[in-house]
Amino acid sequence: MSGFALAWHQFRFDQRVFWRNPASVFFTVMLPILFLVIFASIFGDETIDARGGLAVSTYYVPGIMTLAVVSATMVSLAIGLTEARESGRLKRVRATPLPPWAFVAGRVGNAIVVSLLMAVLVTAIGAALYDVAIPGSTIPGLVLSLLVGAFAFSALGFALTAAIPSEESAPAITNFTALPLYFLSGVFIPETEIPDGVLRFADLFPIRHFFECLLAGFDPATVGTGIELGHLAVVAAWGIAGLAVAARAFRWSPRGG
Amino acid sequence: MISARGLRRSYDGVEAVRGIDLGVDRGEVFAFLGPNGAGKTTTVEILEGYRRRDAGTVSVLGTDPLQAGRDWRQRIGIVLQECRMQPRLTVRETVELYAGYYERPRSVAETIDLVGLAGKADERAARLSGGQQRRLDVALALIGDAELLFLDEPTTGFDPSARRQAWDVIASLRSLGKTVFLTTHYMDEAQALADRVAIIAGGEIVAEGTPETLAGRDLAPTEVRFRLPESATLADLPEAVAAAIDAGSGAGNGAPAGLVVVRTGDPLRVLNELTAWALAREVELPGLEVTRPSLEDVYLEVTERRAS
Repeated sequence: MSGFALAWHQFRFDQRVFWRNPASVFFTVMLPILFLVIFASIFGDETIDARGGLAVSTYYVPGIMTLAVVSATMVSLAIGLTEARESGRLKRVRATPLPPWAFVAGRVGNAIVVSLLMAVLVTAIGAALYDVAIPGSTIPGLVLSLLVGAFAFSALGFALTAAIPSEESAPAITNFTALPLYFLSGVFIPETEIPDGVLRFADLFPIRHFFECLLAGFDPATVGTGIELGHLAVVAAWGIAGLAVAARAFRWSPRGG
Repeated sequence: MISARGLRRSYDGVEAVRGIDLGVDRGEVFAFLGPNGAGKTTTVEILEGYRRRDAGTVSVLGTDPLQAGRDWRQRIGIVLQECRMQPRLTVRETVELYAGYYERPRSVAETIDLVGLAGKADERAARLSGGQQRRLDVALALIGDAELLFLDEPTTGFDPSARRQAWDVIASLRSLGKTVFLTTHYMDEAQALADRVAIIAGGEIVAEGTPETLAGRDLAPTEVRFRLPESATLADLPEAVAAAIDAGSGAGNGAPAGLVVVRTGDPLRVLNELTAWALAREVELPGLEVTRPSLEDVYLEVTERRAS
């Protein structure tokens, strides 16, 4: 089989495993939708003056999309890869002719497909229940942002895996990494409620920049394609940093023994 | 198939492997025995390409495992000491996943059948017993139709019947012409399966040979044990028997009263005289036993000698 066919083969089985895992389906698919419905239902009628009167329901669609993408990529990959490493399966697969990059491509492909699916789902629910306008001219910016973000947060998932010592600590470490940043970055709470200093701190990390990219795609005030080069560059830089760490520190053998 | 010379590897200044030479020929089942911490896993993982060595040369299928690529990995199959299967895939799916990694895989159904999981093919791995998971692991090592198989303690944790089944699988590998590098804790496993055995202790090979001749086992004296009939004393025994009586006999050494242990290089003659003597006197020889040193006796002797 060619390298591409091997990656496709791996991807098909990774998809099966993902959809059969109740935890991944709940945390990556159900929970973001639940949050969207709760937040948009409670705060949806308000507007954000600092963003030119943007409806809060419109604000939450890219917010929850950010959550869903980070969950489908960084969080799912770090937890899943740690489990596969500690169970001995990563070590085992290294002894087969499957090229390491094809294995990685299968996993990342799975993460990206789930991310794009969630983007479509969140957009559709926003439009159907909360009258959030479906983007038009900004679709190129949105698609580019989603792809760059999914790649970058996937790379960070591999990097984070290298820092996780055991299977038991994986959910705690990944959630401790991501969860505070969702709050500080204005994904759950509108940014108008967050002190400036906190937002500047959140600006050091990629989640807020990724959110800004997606928000531009949904903000009716955006003119043109909605490509936020500055924010996108920060997300990409984090992705490249993640890749560099993963290339050096990612291990295929269990760390527990 | 495998040739290693002067293999060395240290961890934090402690030498785990101290100059090992190994050779395994095509079609051979080679058992690698040794206590925990003897350097067994380090050696195997150097041969598998997982670990670096500090010194020595290694050639596995004509290639240095550290330089080996995809073609080499087509030709080897591995069962690791510990590996949990993906719980959410069925037996068949797991084998299909691995079949897809190889150029010329064996038939999925046949391979599942070979490891005795045909009845469980559509069961998810999460629902398999420990022994069944291990057999699935063996199926993954076989699916690529590799020439050389590394099986690292493949039957640890098996119940006796599961072990017998696993032995049948390994024996069938031999008939398929595969070369098998087997590590095990179980002497009966090595005895039943191996063409050749090497024992590692303290990072060195302390004995090597066929299971029958290992460490001079075939030349070691045979032990004849029996209890002295009540009507007789040691002095009554025929000369050939009396001359070979071991110091371990008798009550003085903690052995049961009247136990006689005879060690001899000529068991036929000793037994003939002993039984003729008993028949002539019309007495029984309670607890009569004739034993050769087992592989386990040899193993314990050479590993303990190394430890002391």
